[in-house]
Amino acid sequence: MWVVAEHYKGIIHKVAYQLLAKGRELADILNVSLTLVILGDKFDALLDEFGEYGADKVIYVKSTLLKDYYSDLYVKTLTELISKRKPEIVLIGATPTGRDFAPRVAKRLNAGLTADCTGLDIEKETGNLMQTRPTFGGNIMATIRTPTSRPQLATVRPGIFKAVTCEKKKIKIIKLEKEYKEKDSVAKIVKIISKEKKKINLEDAEIIVAGGRGVGSKEGFKLIKELAEVLGAEMGGSRVTVELNWLDQDRQVGQTGKTVSPSLYIACGISGAIQHLVGMQNSGIIVAINRDGNAPIFNIAHYGIVGDLHEVIPVLIEKVKKAMLEE
Amino acid sequence: MKIFVCIKQVPGVSEVKIDPKTNTLIRSGIPSIINPHDKHAIELGLTIKENHGGEVIAISMGPPQAEQALREALSMGVDKSYLLTDRAFAGADTLATSHTLALAIKKLLKELKKADPYLVICGTQAIDGDTAQVGPELAEELGIPQITYVLNFELKVDRIIVERVFRAEEIIIIETKLPALISVLKEINNPRKPGIKGIVDAYEKKKVVFWNSEDLKADKTEVGLNGSMTEVWKIFIPVRKGEHIKLTGTIDDMTNELVKNLKEDKVI
Repeated sequence: MWVVAEHYKGIIHKVAYQLLAKGRELADILNVSLTLVILGDKFDALLDEFGEYGADKVIYVKSTLLKDYYSDLYVKTLTELISKRKPEIVLIGATPTGRDFAPRVAKRLNAGLTADCTGLDIEKETGNLMQTRPTFGGNIMATIRTPTSRPQLATVRPGIFKAVTCEKKKIKIIKLEKEYKEKDSVAKIVKIISKEKKKINLEDAEIIVAGGRGVGSKEGFKLIKELAEVLGAEMGGSRVTVELNWLDQDRQVGQTGKTVSPSLYIACGISGAIQHLVGMQNSGIIVAINRDGNAPIFNIAHYGIVGDLHEVIPVLIEKVKKAMLEE
Repeated sequence: MKIFVCIKQVPGVSEVKIDPKTNTLIRSGIPSIINPHDKHAIELGLTIKENHGGEVIAISMGPPQAEQALREALSMGVDKSYLLTDRAFAGADTLATSHTLALAIKKLLKELKKADPYLVICGTQAIDGDTAQVGPELAEELGIPQITYVLNFELKVDRIIVERVFRAEEIIIIETKLPALISVLKEINNPRKPGIKGIVDAYEKKKVVFWNSEDLKADKTEVGLNGSMTEVWKIFIPVRKGEHIKLTGTIDDMTNELVKNLKEDKVI
């Protein structure tokens, strides 16, 4: 069982730790080892840490050039590694990076690949990886398997599984040095333009207060923001709020936005279209505040308040403030 | 220059239902459309042709009724179109789909002089399957570089310079030689609407060429269900979990109860 890590500016994408947790569970069912594969530079000091997240082994392909992402070099390196070492299962984060190289690796290996999985399991009798993913906009779930060929490749949506730390153990580190040069890649990186925009990490938020159409206006989001600030939360929203420009794109939760799993998700004026639900249904506690008592959001909410958010939230803010003071 | 645009016909609604008895998709009564991302791919192809010349060729794999999607592409201004349709192609996963598309492009490339560069444009993903896999898999089979998630495109003779967006805080400018495959984001352009002349031409002057597995000299073990490594084991409607406690009373009561519960749950 392999997990392929990706990184950006020297930081490992958190989906790698999430996949190690799920990978550990699956590897134990299959009674196989769990290996983390990382292609990059300057990760030497970090590798032991993966043992705390469940890995038995790390394959570290060290190359100065691969501090940045090169599509064709990732494909080449991973394909060679997989052909040589023959893992049964390879899990990759369903980030744009993962979804760029994974299909190409699968094609070169003539292997099955399932995109953007939200559920993984092992079929006991066969050892097949059962890969569940939303399809048709999340209205339907499909469970897919790769019955006859190996390896089985899957990209897995970030934020679905939780990273867990376990007892520190000694891990085996396999370090392979590659002297890749820029000319080895057909496509050249001409320039990297960093955008000044403040980075919002909705996926990492412990609490999210999200607004939907019911918020009513861009002005209305001030109330959402106020509640978020009192709770120390991030602000999010449904697709329509982004389309109406009430909220920035990077705060969108749902099928076409972020998938989040905070410990508390407060949905205000969100009816709960399935496209939104798929992005937040793994949250710990879900609170819904909505005027329409029949809104589907109440089907998944742990606590529901049927009422006008413009009346409920100001009172809630005061109650939360008071509760915080009492502590 | 030849510009190949790969398009897919998809159900024109965001909500597709399944028949609980047969566990299959209910497709009847649902209009079909060109996958929205693919319209942006067509638009880019047409823009490149207008600025640099060339020929825009739309290719789709699907059932015979996918002809409609190609007619629409022709009415937007695409020059030629090919529908890869055969019972043997049915049930294809992305691996088998990309193979079938690759066979068609290779067949068309045989007509080219060797040195001619070409470009393949795809939409990033289809709204039904949402895999985003066919583009990269097609590039691999054609043996050409790929650039996915493209926001901006520039052609310089035999090279392309594009902006690739993998994350909100960064744009990477990448240059590569043709031939190449790109998959485009919806933000790249605004697809044109076909005019009356375009529509008339699409039906009277232009053709949708149908190719089956024999035309493509496809090995039947490499296309459709037989050529697929993955299989759909089952489909189901997602189960929604939750305890659904609706709080009651005045706003004061409800918010009191909520805060008390959230404290007990240790989330605030």
